Amino acid sequence: MSELFKVSSNPHIRSKAATNGLMLAVVIALMPATGFGIYNFGPRALAVIAVTIASTVLTEYFFGFYNRKLSVTDLSAVVTGLLLALNLPVSIPLWMAALGGVFAILVVKMLFGGLGQNFMNPALAARCFLLISFPTAMTAFDCDAYTGATPLALLKSGEPVNLLNMVTGHTAGTIGETSVIAIAVGACLLLVLGVIDLRIPGSYIATFVIFAGLFGGHGFEPSYLAAQLSGGGLMLGAFFMATDYVTRPITIRGQYVFGVFLGLMTGIFRIFGPGAEGVSYAIILGNLLVPLIEKYTMPTAFGYRKGGVRREK
Amino acid sequence: MAKLTFIGGIHPYDGKDLSKDSAIQNVLPGNELAYPVSQHIGAPAKPIVAKGDRVLVGQKIAEAGGFVSAPVHSSVSGTVKSIEPRRVATGDMVMSIVIENDSLYEEVGFSARTSLDAVKREEIVGLVREAGIVGMGGAGFPTHVKLSPKEPEKIDYVIANCAECEPYLTSDYRRMLEEPEKLVGGLKLILKLFPNAHGILAVEDNKPDCISLLKQYTKDEPGISVKALKTKYPQGGERQLIYAVTGRRINSTMLPADVGCVVNNVDTMVAVYRAVMEGRPLMERIVTVTGDAVANPANFRVRIGSSYEEILAAAGGFREQPEKIICGGPMMGFAMFGLNVAITKTSTALLALTKDEVSALEPGPCINCGRCVEVCPGRVVPSRLADYAAHFDEEAFLANYGMECCECGCCSFVCPAKRPLTQQIKSMRKIQLSKRKK
Repeated sequence: MSELFKVSSNPHIRSKAATNGLMLAVVIALMPATGFGIYNFGPRALAVIAVTIASTVLTEYFFGFYNRKLSVTDLSAVVTGLLLALNLPVSIPLWMAALGGVFAILVVKMLFGGLGQNFMNPALAARCFLLISFPTAMTAFDCDAYTGATPLALLKSGEPVNLLNMVTGHTAGTIGETSVIAIAVGACLLLVLGVIDLRIPGSYIATFVIFAGLFGGHGFEPSYLAAQLSGGGLMLGAFFMATDYVTRPITIRGQYVFGVFLGLMTGIFRIFGPGAEGVSYAIILGNLLVPLIEKYTMPTAFGYRKGGVRREK
Repeated sequence: MAKLTFIGGIHPYDGKDLSKDSAIQNVLPGNELAYPVSQHIGAPAKPIVAKGDRVLVGQKIAEAGGFVSAPVHSSVSGTVKSIEPRRVATGDMVMSIVIENDSLYEEVGFSARTSLDAVKREEIVGLVREAGIVGMGGAGFPTHVKLSPKEPEKIDYVIANCAECEPYLTSDYRRMLEEPEKLVGGLKLILKLFPNAHGILAVEDNKPDCISLLKQYTKDEPGISVKALKTKYPQGGERQLIYAVTGRRINSTMLPADVGCVVNNVDTMVAVYRAVMEGRPLMERIVTVTGDAVANPANFRVRIGSSYEEILAAAGGFREQPEKIICGGPMMGFAMFGLNVAITKTSTALLALTKDEVSALEPGPCINCGRCVEVCPGRVVPSRLADYAAHFDEEAFLANYGMECCECGCCSFVCPAKRPLTQQIKSMRKIQLSKRKK
C-alpha cells in the first residue's frame, strides 16, 4: 500500500496534563513562601536556595549523563532543591546545603531508580540526614533578623508566643516554613489547579489537632492549637510534602490512613518527644509505611462487595 | 436534584459541533460491497450463498452460527463475487462475502405492519434474531440474546442508551432528532417482552433538544420516562449507565439482566422497530464522518458493506491530509491504516485527525499521581494493573481486579506521564480472556 495512516491502541486523545507541568505548578505554588523567606531572612536565604537547587539539578543532570537518560527536564529536581532549601535554617553553611542536595537526588532518588521510584521524600530525607549529621548547624535559628528559639520551642517550654507573627511568618524558623499565609496562598493554587487535594492535608491536620487537644496539656484551647498548627513545618509539610505523589499511597482510602498516621506521629513527636519539631520525621516514617498501607487499602472494583467477594450470577 | 451519573470519568474535548447540525444524508454504495461474517460478539455467521449467486436487497447471505451469533443480510442487489478474507476495522482479516452491486436495489418482499399494538409478544425475539440485529453502539452483542433473559418478569428497567458519550460522535443525536418515533417505538416493542419493566430513555444533558423532544414523544406513555444524565465520559458504558439510572452495580462477570436491566443503544432500538414493523432486516446504519481533516463533517445513512472510502468521498474527502483515521470515537475507536475497509453493523463513525497527538508523546516514568485512580469508572488502580501487565504478573493482575477494566481509555487520557495504561491492561486482558476460552 502506498500511503498508510498511523495506528495505535485507544485512546487516541490525551489530556494536556504533563509531568513537568505539574512540577512547575508546585514550584510556582512555592513562590510565595520562597519570596517571604527571602524577605524575612535576607539575601542569605536566596543564596541557600540557589545553592540547593543548583546542587539537586546538577546531581540529576550528571547522573542522567552517566545513565544516558536525561531526566532533568521533568523539573522534579528543581522541586526537590527548593523544598530542601525551604526546610533549612538560613544560617546553614552553604556546603552543607549543597551536600543535602546531592544526598537528596543521588542517594534517595537516583540510586533507587529515579523519578517515581524513591520511597522517601528526597527533600525531607536530606533534611533528616543533615539534622542527624550536623545537629548544631541545623537547629541554629539565630540570625540577623531573629535571635532565640523558634515559636514551637517556646511553646514547648511553656513560654508565651506571638500568634499573629506566627501566622504572618515574622518568626525564627527554617526559610520557608514560617509564614502560614504564604504557604496557604500556594496551597490554594495547587488545590484550585487540582494538583493536590485535601484528603491528606485534611486528615493530617484534623488528626493532629485532635491529638494535640487531647494530649497537649492545654485542652482544646484555640490559641494553643492555633500556635501548634502555625508553628514549625506542619503547614509546609502537610500541603507540600505529605502530598508528594511518589511517596504517598495511590489508593484513595490509603491517603486518609496516611494522613491520620502523620497526624498521630507528629503529635507524638511534638508532645512526647524531646524536640519541639516532628513533621519531617513523621512524614519520612509515613513514607516507609506506604507499601503496607496500599496493600491493605487496594480498592474493591466497581460492582463487587467490599472485601472482594464475588457476586455470582 | 443531583444529576444522574457514575463515579470517575473524564471531560475530553467533545468535537460534536463539527457534525451535529448536519442532517442525516443517504449515501449509495459503490460497485463492490463486503460483508464480514463476524460483525458481532459470538460465533461467526455461516455463508449460505455461493460465488455467482444473485442476491436481492434484504436477502440473508449468512446464517447465525449458534445462539450467540447473528445472520448477515445483503444491503444491495447483485451477484456474489467471492467469499474471501478481507481486512476489517480492527486490523484483522475476516472471511467476508463480497457482492458486486448491480445498482438496481431490487428488494425481497418485506412484510410491513401498521399497528404496533397488534404485534404479538412471542414474535418479537424471533424477528429480531432473523433481522441480524446486534448492539450497534460498538460492542456488537446479539440483541436477541439480550432480549431473552431467563426470567423476563424480573426485568425492572429497559434502558435506551442515548448517552453518546464518545467525543465527536453525533449519529445517535441525529437519529433521536430525526426519528424519535422509531426510537420510542422500538423501546415500546422491547417493553412488551418484559411485563414488569419500565422504559427509560437515558440522554446526556449536552443534548437538551433531544431530551425535550423525547419527553414530548413520551408524554402519554406512563411506562416510559426520559432521564437526563450528567455529561461525562464514559456515561454510555453499560455498567456506568445502569448505575447512573438505577443505582445498581454490575461487574464484568454479570449481565445487566442480573440486576433487572436490559440496555440497548439508540440505533439498535430503531433497528428493532424496523425489523418488527417494516419487516426489514438490519442493512443500514448511521455513521458520522468527522474530524478536523474532513472537508464537510456529516452524518450518513449508509448501507452496511459499503467502504469507508465511499462515505469519506460523500463528506467531501480530506480537507487536509490526516495523520490518523479512526473507526469509531477517539476514546475507544480503532485506528485504521487504510480506508479500504467495510462498514459493519458496529461502525459508529469515521474520525480523521490531522495530528496524531499520541505518537508524538514520549511516555515518562509513573509519578504515582493517582489521576488514573480518580477517573477509573471500574474503581481499580490502573497504574498498578499496567505494571502487573508489563511484568506479566498474572496473579497480581487478577487479584487486583484487572479483568474489571472496560478499556474506556480514561486512565491513558489523564496520565501526565503519558503512559499507555489502557493498552497495557488491554493486552493482559486479552491474554486472560483467551486462556479462559481454552
